[in-house]
Amino acid sequence: MLTDKVREEILKITAKYYNKRSAVMDALMLVQKDCGGNITRGDMEDIADMLEIKPHEVNAVATFYTMYNYAKPVGRYHIQVCRNISCALLEAERVIAHIEDTLGIKTGDTTPDNKFTLSTAECLGSCGTAPMMQINDNYYENLTPDKVDAILKGFE
Amino acid sequence: MEKILLKNIDKPESHKIESYIKNGGYNAVREALKLGPDDIIQRVKDSGIRGRGGAGFPTGLKWSFIPKDPTLDKYLCCNADEGEPGTFKDRAIMDNDPHLLLEGMMITSYAIGAAVGYIYIRGEFEFGAKRLEAAIDEAYREGYLGKNIFGSEFSLDMYVHRGAGAYICGEETALLESLEGGRGQPRKKPPFPALAGLYGKPTVINNVETLACVPAIIEKGVEWFKSTGTEKSPGPKIFGVSGHVKKPGLYELPMGTTLRELIYEHCGGMRSDKPLKAVIPGGVSAPLLVPEDLDTTMDFEAMGAKGTMLGSGAVIVMEEGTCMVKVAYITNRFFSHESCGKCTPCREGTIWITKILKRLEEDRGRPGDIDLLEELCGNIFGRTFCPLGDGAVMALRGAITHFRDEFLNHAAHKGCTA
Ligand SMILES: Cc1cc2nc3c(=O)[nH]c(=O)nc-3n(C[C@H](O)[C@H](O)[C@H](O)COP(=O)(O)O)c2cc1C
Ligand code: FES
Repeated sequence: MLTDKVREEILKITAKYYNKRSAVMDALMLVQKDCGGNITRGDMEDIADMLEIKPHEVNAVATFYTMYNYAKPVGRYHIQVCRNISCALLEAERVIAHIEDTLGIKTGDTTPDNKFTLSTAECLGSCGTAPMMQINDNYYENLTPDKVDAILKGFE
Repeated sequence: MEKILLKNIDKPESHKIESYIKNGGYNAVREALKLGPDDIIQRVKDSGIRGRGGAGFPTGLKWSFIPKDPTLDKYLCCNADEGEPGTFKDRAIMDNDPHLLLEGMMITSYAIGAAVGYIYIRGEFEFGAKRLEAAIDEAYREGYLGKNIFGSEFSLDMYVHRGAGAYICGEETALLESLEGGRGQPRKKPPFPALAGLYGKPTVINNVETLACVPAIIEKGVEWFKSTGTEKSPGPKIFGVSGHVKKPGLYELPMGTTLRELIYEHCGGMRSDKPLKAVIPGGVSAPLLVPEDLDTTMDFEAMGAKGTMLGSGAVIVMEEGTCMVKVAYITNRFFSHESCGKCTPCREGTIWITKILKRLEEDRGRPGDIDLLEELCGNIFGRTFCPLGDGAVMALRGAITHFRDEFLNHAAHKGCTA
């Protein structure tokens, strides 16, 4: 079920476009943030109703883009370490291994308290300050194991 | 060289409209409104500027394809998807000098007759999207956006559209599909977006850096713009250098700067005493170059003549000891992950290539694997719906050509000889 607040925001977004359908990407992201992670089938039906499209068309979008966590819930803090070329050249693998050790989980997993999920990501457009990672909406750059420790501590 | 693209980014509060105006901003758009659309398009054509998003298409020519019919709605879409691995230049402009992009978009919209402009920004750029939205609000507040800008007949609305994680949405027709609320899969061309683009209407799609050059072309003039760079690739260019150099980062330099000058003068050379092994000059779709090529100039023609491309100007520098099989594996893993799934050669081919490279990298290769890779490349190249697959193949072919022995040694389980 979409909250009234989300409905109102989706309505506002549709005004940006010639077609309501164009609001589907923002709508999915709003719902994902509002419900703390996982978009449900019911949410997609509600979005479809609002945008006057079919639920399967919303589903098609939700399953195409990597930032929607549809059917793959994440913890409160989603750590995404870039593993692409510029970061790999500056030992992103070491950063990933260090986080795995620190949190006691493997890449792709979530800590038992549902606090952290660790994933890898493709190039995040921050290659000049590699290696780097994103946690929720924020970028952390020029990483070293010490720096990673300090960043993770900040979430305690 | 006088900077035009990165001139403001280190100034205090550079993202604010007051700071932008104080440093001479929004004069070019006033001047442009006096010139009129045809004159602006002619100037941009005369400047010789070519798109900075990767393909290097002449910008003025692209604009001139837009029908002049005033009854037709037209759109401007700024390509801020910045997904080509190694590329991080557009983000710097959007984060720190968003009004430069806005001013470039205002002039462009006026020139092509668009009343609405969208900035398609990749979803991960939360910070940049917020900065752009704040800048757009400021511009409306000052009357620089909205109805009758500067008391003229010209009205313009501008919006930010956020992506959600898909490299392919940087391809211009996939971007349009995404903007219309669909899966980001490329469209058949023709019709080209200039005739039938967003919502079926004439549309110009330009990269952030291209649009950010426009105010200077109007204000400083065509001759000024052509006085930097090379004859066929004029103007300044942002080179984003990453990898094994002392000072990675963004460098705004004339087109035609040599790789040697870029790496050894501007970036301070290699980070350690290990010498240079290879350099990817234009994002991972561009075939790599080797130390013998260091005196090649960074422009569309010279890079093309070397069998590679300037692409987005993302220069990835690798020192001796870097395993080229691993580099190829990482790159192709990316391409297979990002293939949109629309056409078979790219969707299936990039997966197979990645599988083979993975086993080579892990020393589980089979005899004949290199031939197999080359055969797969042949089945992808030129047979895909969009250039994503071609990019993957060109880069891989380049790596195998230059470092064949390394690939063969991996296939023969001799371990990494890098
Ligand atoms: C797979 C693929 C990805 C692309 N990614 C981008 C991108 O992230 N940013 C961009 O500006 N152009 C990208 N392009 C190029 C665009 O299709 C288009 O040529 C460009 O935005 C045109 O703008 P310009 O003429 O100002 O360079 C990509 C092309 C392909 C085939
Ligand atoms: S390669 Fe890691 S941010 Fe670009």
